Formats: sequence, C-alpha cells, structure tokens
Amino acid sequence: MAGGSIPVPGGLGSAADVAATEADGATWLEHLHSWVVTVDHKKLGVMYVLYALLFLVVGGIEALIIRIQLFFPDNHFVSAETFNRVFTMHGTTMIFFVAMPIVFGFGNYLMPLMLGVRDMAFPRLNAFSFWMSAFGGLLLYYSFIGGVGLQGAGSAPDVGWWAYAPLTSRAFSRGHSTDYWALALIVSGFGSIGAAINFIATAFCMRCKGMTLFRMPLFVWLYVVSSGLVLVAVSPLTAAQVMLTIDRYLGGHFFDTQAGGSAVVWAHFFWIFGHPEVYVLVLPAFAIINEVVPVFSRKAIFGYPAMVAASVGIGFVSLGVWAHHMFTIGMTSISNAFFVLSTMLVGIPTGIKIFNWIATMWGGKIRYRTPMLFAVGFLVQFLIAGLTGIILSVAPFNWQLHNSYFVIAHFHYVIVGAILFAIFSGIYYWFPKVTGRMLDERLGKWNFWLFVIGFHVCFDVMHIPGVLGMPRSIYTYEADRGWTGLNQIVSVGAIIQGIAIAILVYNMIHSALKGQEAGPDPWDAWTLEWATNSPPPPYNFAIEPVARSRRPLWDLKHPNDPDEPLEEG
Amino acid sequence: MLSAAVALAAAGAQRAVALTSNTNTSIFSPESTPSRSIYELSLFVLAVTGGIFVVVGGLIVYAAVRFRERPDDDGSEPPQIFGSNQIELSWTIIPVLIVVVLFLATARMIFAIQDAPKPAAALEMSAIGHQFWWEFRYPALHITTANELHIPVSTDADPRPTFMKLTSADVIHSFWVPRLAGKVDLVPNRINELWMDPHTPGLYVGQCAQFCGVEHAKMLLRVYVDTPEQFAAWVKQEQQPGAQSPASAAGRREFESQACMNCHAIAGTAAHGQFGPDLTHFASRKTLASGAADNTTENLERWIEDPDSIKPGSLMPSMHLTPDQVREITAYLNTLQ
Ligand code: HEC
Ligand SMILES: [Cu+2]
Repeated sequence: MAGGSIPVPGGLGSAADVAATEADGATWLEHLHSWVVTVDHKKLGVMYVLYALLFLVVGGIEALIIRIQLFFPDNHFVSAETFNRVFTMHGTTMIFFVAMPIVFGFGNYLMPLMLGVRDMAFPRLNAFSFWMSAFGGLLLYYSFIGGVGLQGAGSAPDVGWWAYAPLTSRAFSRGHSTDYWALALIVSGFGSIGAAINFIATAFCMRCKGMTLFRMPLFVWLYVVSSGLVLVAVSPLTAAQVMLTIDRYLGGHFFDTQAGGSAVVWAHFFWIFGHPEVYVLVLPAFAIINEVVPVFSRKAIFGYPAMVAASVGIGFVSLGVWAHHMFTIGMTSISNAFFVLSTMLVGIPTGIKIFNWIATMWGGKIRYRTPMLFAVGFLVQFLIAGLTGIILSVAPFNWQLHNSYFVIAHFHYVIVGAILFAIFSGIYYWFPKVTGRMLDERLGKWNFWLFVIGFHVCFDVMHIPGVLGMPRSIYTYEADRGWTGLNQIVSVGAIIQGIAIAILVYNMIHSALKGQEAGPDPWDAWTLEWATNSPPPPYNFAIEPVARSRRPLWDLKHPNDPDEPLEEG
Repeated sequence: MLSAAVALAAAGAQRAVALTSNTNTSIFSPESTPSRSIYELSLFVLAVTGGIFVVVGGLIVYAAVRFRERPDDDGSEPPQIFGSNQIELSWTIIPVLIVVVLFLATARMIFAIQDAPKPAAALEMSAIGHQFWWEFRYPALHITTANELHIPVSTDADPRPTFMKLTSADVIHSFWVPRLAGKVDLVPNRINELWMDPHTPGLYVGQCAQFCGVEHAKMLLRVYVDTPEQFAAWVKQEQQPGAQSPASAAGRREFESQACMNCHAIAGTAAHGQFGPDLTHFASRKTLASGAADNTTENLERWIEDPDSIKPGSLMPSMHLTPDQVREITAYLNTLQ
C-alpha cells in the first residue's frame, strides 16, 4: 500500500502540511455548532450517512416486528392496526429516510473530491437540502405522537408506503396520520430536488483542470443520471401529495372516488415517481461498484463509454415503465403489452453493465478485502434481482405474482441484495478516507458473511410463499395455508441480518476511535479523492489538481504506462 | 437456478398442501384456462431466466475465483484492458434477442386471456369489494350473496365459463384465487373484468390482494365450483326468500327492531340494508365474516355480541345486546338456509 501523500499534478504534496486541525481546543458545544451551521460538503455528506444509518436501525427494528408477527399463524404479537402502521413506516422509512439520504451522503462527500474541486456548486443549497430531508424524517416520526393527538398514542400512517387512493381520503383515513405522511414526503422531497440540482450543477460546472466530462469517474456520471431522475420523478410525487392534501382539507376531488375522483390517477402519479425511484437508488449503487470493482481487480473499468451510454439509457427507459406496477388495475391489453416491452428493454443496458463488470474482473488480480466481497455479493444478487424483475414484467405471470410475497422478495433483492450491499461496500471502501482509519477487516468479514447468509435465508425463501398465494400486507394468516414453516425461515434470516448490521455499527464506532491509521491512499486507488489526506482538509486540495486521464493517480504511479492518452484540450 | 429452485420448492410444497387440505393456493396447480395458460407461460419464462442465471452467474463465479490474487503474487499490475467494441456489441445483441422472444410470448398471452371472447353460455355476474367482505351479484338470476362464491364447473363437453365484472364500494381491493385466475383489482368508479372456467368441482380459496385497511388480512375468499346439478340447486335455493319459520319469530323481531336491518338485507323481510353482507341465506355459508371464523352457533353469538372479538376493526359495530337477544337473533339467522 502506498503510504504518505501522493504528489499530484499541481503540487498537492504539501496539502497535508497545510491541513491544520481547525477545531483544536474547541468545546463540545462549539463542535456541535460547527456541524449544525456547516455548508461543507464533507460534513453534510457525513451527516446524511449517519442520519440514514440511524433510520436504518429504526426501519430495521420495524422489519423485525413484522417478522416476529408473521413467525406464527394467527399471532397476536402486535394488533392488526399496529402491524399496518409498522409496515407502512418500514417502507416509507427505508426508501425516503435511509436509501435516499445515504445515497446523497455518498455523492455529497465524494463528488467534489473526485472532480478535484473544493465544494459542491451550491454549498448553502446543499445544507438546506440536508436539513429539509432531516426534518421530513422527524415530521414523519412525530406522527407517532401527533397522528390522532397526544391521547391516542401509536397513530403513525397505516396506508402502505404506496398509499393508494381512496384509502387515504378523509372518509377512510381519519385523524392526521396520513397528513404527516404526505407532509413529510413533501418536505423531504424538496430536499431531494435541491440535492439533485446540486449534483448536476457540480458535475457540469465544477470540474478541475483537465477533467473533461468523459474523464469524470463513472461514479459522477451515475450521480448525474440519478439526479436527473430525481428531478423528473420526485416532482410528480410532490404534486400528488399536494393534491392529496387539497382533497383532504380544501374539498378537492382529485383522488376522492366518492366525489368522482380517480383512484387510478393516484396510482399513475405514485408509480411515475415510484419506478424511477428504484433507479434513483440503484444508479448510485452502480456508481460505488464502478469504483470498487476496478480498484480491487487492479484493472481499468471495461468499456467506459458503453457504461456511460448504458446508464443514460437506463435513465431514459426507466421513465417509461411505471405502469408495470399496475398490470392488475385494469389497463387495456395494448397498454399492458406496451409496458411489458418497455420494462423488458431495461434489461438490455443492465445486461451490458453486468457483462462489463465481469470483463473488468477478467484477467485481473482480485484482492478480496471487505469492499470487494460486498461488491461480488452485489453482482450475484443484482443478477437474480434483475431476473425476477424480468419474471414480474411478464404481465400474465404478474397477474399471479403481483402483491404477493414474491414481489416483496424481488424488491428486497434489489434494495438489500444490490443497493445495500453496494452501500456497505462503499462504507468499507471510503470509511478510511472519511475518518483516516481503516474499518476492522476481521469484523468486516463477519459482517459480510453473516449478512450474506441472513440475506439468502430470508429473501430466497421469501419468494416461495408468494408462489403459494400469500399476499403482502397481511398482519396474519391461518395455520392451514401451508405458509408457516417458510415464514419462520424468513424470520430467522431477518434476525441474522440484524446481527450483521449490529456488527457493522460496532465496527464503525470501534474503528473510528481505535482503527488502524489509513493514510491518504490505503487501497492503492486511482481517482482524485485518494490524492488528498484522510480525512481531507476543509478545502480538500491545497492546490487544484489537474487530470490528464480518467485515472490521474494511475498515471502518477505508472509514469511509463499512463492511461490511453486522450486528446488534450 | 434460483427460479428453478423456487419452482421446485413451490411444486413440492404445493403437493404437500394439496394432500392435506383444500386450502392450496399455489399458482403452480392451476385448475382453469387462464391460470393454466399463465402456468405454462411461467414455465417458459422460468426456463429462460434460469438459463441466463446459470450462464451469467457462472461467469461471475468463474471470474471471481479464477482471477483472485494468489499469495505468491509478484505485486505487479495486470495488463490494463479498456474495452472492446466487438465483444460489447455481441453482448448487446444477445439480450436484445432474448427480449424479443420473451415479449412476443408475453404479448400473445396477454391478448389471449384479456381479450378472450365471451361465449353465449357464459355465466355473467359481478363482484363488489367492501371493507372487508365480498358482495356477489348474479343480475340475470336475481341473486345477491356474499363472501362465498358459487360458480358452475366448465368442461369441454359443456363449457360454462364465468365472466365477472369487478368494482368496489369503497377502496381498492383485488380478487385473487390463484388456482383459477390471475388477480384483478376492484377499483371504485371503475369496472374491471375477469373470467375463469374451472375444470374440477370443489372448493378454491383465495383472498383480497390489495391492502384495503385494517382487516385486509381477513378478507378471505371461497369459491365453490359446483357440478351443473349442484349449481342449479344452489340457484334455486338462493332465489327463495329467507326462511320464515314461526319458531324463530322472536329472533326476527329482534333483528328488525335493532340496527341490524339498516345494514343487512334479508329478502322477503323488512331488512333492506346495503352496508353489510346480504344475510338471506346466511346459514348456508360455511364461514362467517369472509372467512374470519367458521359459521357455528357459538362463533355467531360471539360475532353478534362483539364483532371485534373475531375481526377487530371490522365495520360492524357491537350493538351491546343482552345475551337473550343475541341468542334469539342467532337462532333466527341459523334458520336462513
Ligand atoms: C353499521 C352496519 C351494521 C350493523 C348495524 C350490523 N352489521 Fe352485521 N355486518 C356489517 C358489516 C360491514 C359486515 C361485514 C364485516 C366483515 O366481514 O368485515 C357484517 C357482517 C355480519 C355477519 C356476517 C355475514 C357473513 O356473510 O359472514 C352477520 C351474521 C351479521 N353481520 C349480523 C348482524 C346482526 C345480527 C346485526 C344486528 C345485531 C348486525 N349485523 C348489525 C355491518 C353491520
Ligand atoms: Cu380488500
């Protein structure tokens, strides 16, 4: 492993010396204050991630409640009402207050560093976006207290995270729990849109010298596409929430079927958001894998232009597939066929990506440190998730599988098996950059193997009750349905995953305090974030670096074998 | 491999279930044309995706194992390869071909099921979703009933498919009896359609498949597929007004002087309520409150006394009746064959 700081074109070698620890001698309160008022992309990135991890634990506990309840048939661990609230909060929390912020956190922290610049394009907007997201989450959870007033405790939303109309209208959803849900998503939605604007502006306007668009790390490209999707997809969700609120309080009839409104229109609005949302989350997962796989295979990414094209392609196609969530709602056969085709088309650019990752590993010298373990887990699980996705896109098959546990298994394969595995890979990979200390490898391997085992015990088996006719969102089932044993296996898998995540949390705390010193470039990597100290000084680079290829640090380390010389600007 | 494993495990589990009870709801034991066509299509799709899984998964595992760094490595970097247009083109074309094939097979099946012509002999009826029970109407036969659906068997010699229109009185529900047909949603302000032609008489179960509120889990469905004789007898019975035995006159009086009659209808009496299930032939049903409990005297008394004790959150309130009133009403309802 290369030690010490690396000389970077532009003479960055002195960055380490200039990096005085600015907060030396500050009191605890001053520290806290500096985090609250910060506009530094790194601090905001860290706060996004910590905030998301906190909610990951909360959402995880909700998942465990669900699994305990379903462990036995006719179980009374929680009431039907509580169960409905818990699964609604689990879904809403995991999507909006775990996956979104953690993805934004990675982007915030890394994008300016990878582009060799000092901050995001709009640092204040960045802080604003973070706090909007954060307050959205607090507002959602405040519903436990405020949903039907202080007396009726336990009043969180209970309409499902997709909140189909007209179950959300005042006739069927009394009290304020649905209002908390809608408002929380409006508020955090503004945060997401702000963050997306910032990512796009940063990528297009804030690159260091020599960093042409096609020298940007693929990580940045994927964030650009993902952010574009946020702009297009979150806006309809926000609009739908506003309409819902108008329906509930100002006598609107958008979705109020008792007054001639349309339940189907809500479903369209929700999935026009909801499907691209999957790609909003999975493209950043690709972003992480695009950095980890090459570095640990010791090879350049295979087919960079094709990877960019495939990402942009996925972005566009994913905007035209939303109604594959609605094959059972009664669309015409022509519309069904259209959405089958558009959905299957996503498989093509996705296939290209998987092949290019394999080709990147091919002929390499793969180092199985924890980030790479998670990356390989990602590859296998993402493949399976993609294939069950193809299965679900077959509309007639979908008429059987829709809203069954097969679907739950499929999208947890995407969100846990692919996205969360990629995120964990990214945590192990960049933790040394952020804290200056390595995560413990031994704990990392425990974390990985327990998580893989728990994941497969839980979600592989979960497909089967779906095939056997078990619908989602049911708080209990009868003993004679033949689902009991399978549900028990699934629940055991969930508990194993919970243990794995506890190990990760312990590892992060333990290593942040006592971990081995990392140095600026512990993985012998090639992108610019590894050219500065760990943790980087507030200004990132004392002198702006210059990029002469896609892998500036490779060129430095291998002056005799630089990356293909691109045409000079 | 995974999909194949799912298929295998499901088939095995389904056989085990089929042996022990008639509560089997596996999509892999179809008993009607739409569900069977879906099953056949699904085998094809599982084979294709299973094949892709074996090939691509094999490549991932091979690359991951074969190209790992060895302990005796000299520390040099491997040759850097940046891409190859030819190779990349080839692995773009193969997925395109697979997509074309899958799409054509799928589209064919969509049209075959969704746009199937309605034969003249078809039974037409409609299903209306309610929080948390099912209403079934047979307009041509002048029958209204609830929760337990009766339809005729349909054989090659005597095809008698059932064509159902679906809508909802409140929120979205979804009609799903896996062995008979794929699910179709019941959406308020909208009429959807579904058809099935079960080949074997018997009981088929299912349940609401779209979250519809607190008791969504107890919105169960029972479909009785009757032989032509059974069905004719059932229709005849249903067309009669509710039985009026003098022995249960006290219960009937009680029923009609309580709020019951505002929510429930019993044909041939003053009870015309529409909010709850039609009770005209309630005693002929095997279950109570859309499958929440068996229809026994004991359960019925509990239900009338306090519905929440059986189905907490159901929309039928407790009327705080005295034990005598409950017993009388129960006796009355038990006569409604
Ligand atoms: C406010 C309207 C309302 C009133 C009043 C009411 N019910 Fe009900 N009843 C319902 C609803 C709604 C259901 C369906 C509940 C479910 O399955 O979730 C139901 C279900 C039933 C069932 C089960 C029907 C079936 O098909 O399984 C019976 C029996 C019944 N009610 C009897 C009574 C009696 C007797 C009274 C009077 C003491 C009564 N109900 C009063 C609304 C009402
Ligand atoms: Cu329902």
